Amino acid sequence: MATILEESGFNPNQKLNIIGTNPVKQDGLDKVTGRAKFGADAFLPGMLFGKILRSPHAHANIKSIDTSAAEALPGVKSVITSADFPSIPQGTGAGDMTRNVMAVEKALYDGHPVAAVAATSEAIAKRALKLIKVDYEVLPHVIDPLDAIKPDAPILHDYMRTKGDPDAPDVPTNVTEKMITQLGDVAKGFAAADVIVEHDYDSKPMHQGYIEPQGCIADYSEDGQIELWCCTQAPFVYRDRLTAILKLDSSKINVQQSELGGGFGGKTGFYAEPLAILLSKKASRPVKMTLTRNEVFRGTGPVSGTNSRIKMGCTKDGIITAAEADLVFQTGPYTGSMYFNAPNAMFTRYDLENVHIVSREVVSNRPKVNSFRAPCVPQIVFGVEGVVDEMARKIGMDPIDFRLKNAAGDGHTAIYGDTWGPIGFIETLKAAKNCDHYKTPVKPGEGRGISSGFWFNRGGETAGSLTLAPDGTVTIVIGTADVAGSRVSIAMMAAEELGIAIDKVRVSFADTNSLGFNRVTAGSRTTYSVGMVVVNNARQVIKELCSRAAGIWGVPAESVVYEEGQVRPASSNVGDFEPMSIGDITSKTTMSHGPIAGHSEMNVTGAGPGFGVHIVDVKVDEGTGRVDCTRYTVVQDVGKSIHPLQVEGQVQGGAVQGLGWALNEEYIYNDKGCLDNASFLDYRMPVASDVPMVDTVIVEVPNPAHPFGLRGVGEVPVVPTMAAVGNAIGDAIGIRPRSLPMSPPKMLDLLEEAKGLSESERY
Amino acid sequence: MAKKSHVTTTVNGDEYEFLCEPGQTLVDALRNTMGLTGTKEGCSTGDCGACSVRLDGRLVCSCLVLAVEADGKSVSTIEGMANGEELHPLQRQFLELNGSQCGICTPGVLIAAQALLEKNPDPTETEIRYYLAGNLCRCTGYDKIIRSVQAAAAEMRGS
Repeated sequence: MATILEESGFNPNQKLNIIGTNPVKQDGLDKVTGRAKFGADAFLPGMLFGKILRSPHAHANIKSIDTSAAEALPGVKSVITSADFPSIPQGTGAGDMTRNVMAVEKALYDGHPVAAVAATSEAIAKRALKLIKVDYEVLPHVIDPLDAIKPDAPILHDYMRTKGDPDAPDVPTNVTEKMITQLGDVAKGFAAADVIVEHDYDSKPMHQGYIEPQGCIADYSEDGQIELWCCTQAPFVYRDRLTAILKLDSSKINVQQSELGGGFGGKTGFYAEPLAILLSKKASRPVKMTLTRNEVFRGTGPVSGTNSRIKMGCTKDGIITAAEADLVFQTGPYTGSMYFNAPNAMFTRYDLENVHIVSREVVSNRPKVNSFRAPCVPQIVFGVEGVVDEMARKIGMDPIDFRLKNAAGDGHTAIYGDTWGPIGFIETLKAAKNCDHYKTPVKPGEGRGISSGFWFNRGGETAGSLTLAPDGTVTIVIGTADVAGSRVSIAMMAAEELGIAIDKVRVSFADTNSLGFNRVTAGSRTTYSVGMVVVNNARQVIKELCSRAAGIWGVPAESVVYEEGQVRPASSNVGDFEPMSIGDITSKTTMSHGPIAGHSEMNVTGAGPGFGVHIVDVKVDEGTGRVDCTRYTVVQDVGKSIHPLQVEGQVQGGAVQGLGWALNEEYIYNDKGCLDNASFLDYRMPVASDVPMVDTVIVEVPNPAHPFGLRGVGEVPVVPTMAAVGNAIGDAIGIRPRSLPMSPPKMLDLLEEAKGLSESERY
Repeated sequence: MAKKSHVTTTVNGDEYEFLCEPGQTLVDALRNTMGLTGTKEGCSTGDCGACSVRLDGRLVCSCLVLAVEADGKSVSTIEGMANGEELHPLQRQFLELNGSQCGICTPGVLIAAQALLEKNPDPTETEIRYYLAGNLCRCTGYDKIIRSVQAAAAEMRGS
């Protein structure tokens, strides 16, 4: 299997006709006319409606479930509980996945599914849920992870012991894993420091907040073949995980993705889909399930809340000498928070010699966390960049100059072991320093903060095909999802490589029967990885086109060249032949030689790291504690901007999601361990009137591993946001907040505290 | 089971007749009875605006309107916004300026923006932001939505 194009063909001087322009995306028309089909927009003949019964308790043994009255209700066609799932041991990957979609021994959070019903109407299904009798034995619960690691805390899983901690006693614990990440000698580093800054920080879970609730239709036929339609970022991963928990062959499940109404990481794991499959199996009819917003908040993945202590030291000249951190991550009731991203990314972008990070992941009675843009990193960077900013202030250095002084450059070896090729952190910092926003003085009464952030960017398993129709037009089939306009970017890369107009290229989604495995669409991997596959496919096709044209002309294949969508003789010595377009060749040769197509199956590597710098101005209302962002600029290296409008839109969206996380969004639990704000009204995401326009400065330091030099885009823009807002608030009020969200009650407390500070004590 | 009501309503100029339960919402009737799935349901509590439609010209969340309330009235949804193959300027500008990312909020945003521009053909940025404050978007950060509405307003004013 290829891991990377052997020769990417990247040419910084290549004349580009399509890349860097802004064609209208092909899925756009359907989205402005209402024709686009999302998860809830499909219907099948004979379809039933499924609903889920959820635990009202945060932690309870399930002693028994009586479904007989529900089954007897006219119109009810099937009822399932955990007894309908294959039995898989606790504490295993598949065992945890099974238990998260349907509680087995215990309900572990408010909203944990315990049974499901399929009926001829949604109203009947809802009535049936009320007839299911669950005998719960309510247990003491624990919500806060710091409470969960106390010795007397309620234990979620008797079998759990801390992985990676040989010193831990052999007794049940809520700490799933402990990891130590280190470099050099921090004691030595701190001894060399003139200034040391150390603080505690915390963040609360927030939700990905996609506007489309999960929706699916499962159709189980009597021969065991399953068709699943759903909104997902990961059709192939859904298939393979479904086969793991249902104990089936992958070839028995065919997943067709719908349009995706937002995901941001939250649709990388399934919820209702396995229930719909089992309900369909039992009823012998298709079953549609759509979650309510209440279910989305209570039962689907929020991001990990965190507690951290971060300590860094620097010399008076501004060289960071050591960095140390102790991190605690909430994961919900099962492991799988991807917390390990944080130690690998939190300080990464600075050239540090001495680092020591202890990370722990903790279970508690909350819904299982799911991915969100740059999983587990932005909430930790909130603290890191606060410490960095404070060090710069203490030595009296401009915050961008301080970061420049410590910035990693080309050839840097990151703490996770990779040695980087060309990177754009320094260029991004310089662009931030030169941008209009940074050069404009802060308005009176406002504060300004800056922050930087890093994301690895990813590659991974990717398969796709490119087919020429007999008339020469191009169809591309991909197996990744389109979370932010990747289809048009993929079509643009194919059109550029083939030298044809973009309206001759159409991209569609495969079902999982039609292509090799594609990894989840996440981690800023898709446009990069699918771009590799598509360019490789285009090159295969070009080779065949040249061979066929040479055949028609009766000349050696080496004596023709492909340029700007045509095959022509390499020189006049070859002969006097009219150049042939793709359509000329396919129309002449498809019947005689067969169709022309390219396909590639790769495990793509070589993704170039991405860096961003955010500049934020804020105004804090002293009466209410409300923080308003008055100006926002995102500076980010994207390698190469394929479709600039899409790139801008993606980083603007990331910044505003970060503003919500910074200022307002959090999960609020009551003393019974139940979620108190499971609606958009009470869980307040930013609306149009909350935010300003977001300016963008797109930096392009190409990644030469890619034919067009691109890097991933989508994760980086949320990484620096909360830290930049926090630093701006500190600048405005004199105290830098250390707890997310920086909501009005906390701001009022800080404003009160700031009144007692002397000028030298102010931030 | 409660007695069903007979509803006659006009949707995008076409007459529809259907029976509905007393508690059925208009968004449910549009999507599941009439098959007009362009109107989206994001929350069912009137907080996200994805289900925005016009009821006799008035902008409403169709999840907060009962289907029986549409009896004898006229409903406008996203499916009726374009005039045949000719897109409304709002639709065209959302395409040109990338005002739509994932697209799930787009039908509701377009319907709300159309209602705004009928009342106020020359809104300020702040007026657009407040008028669209009932329409949640999680992808765009609103920047390109606002710019698309501004461009459509300018086009419709002929400036």
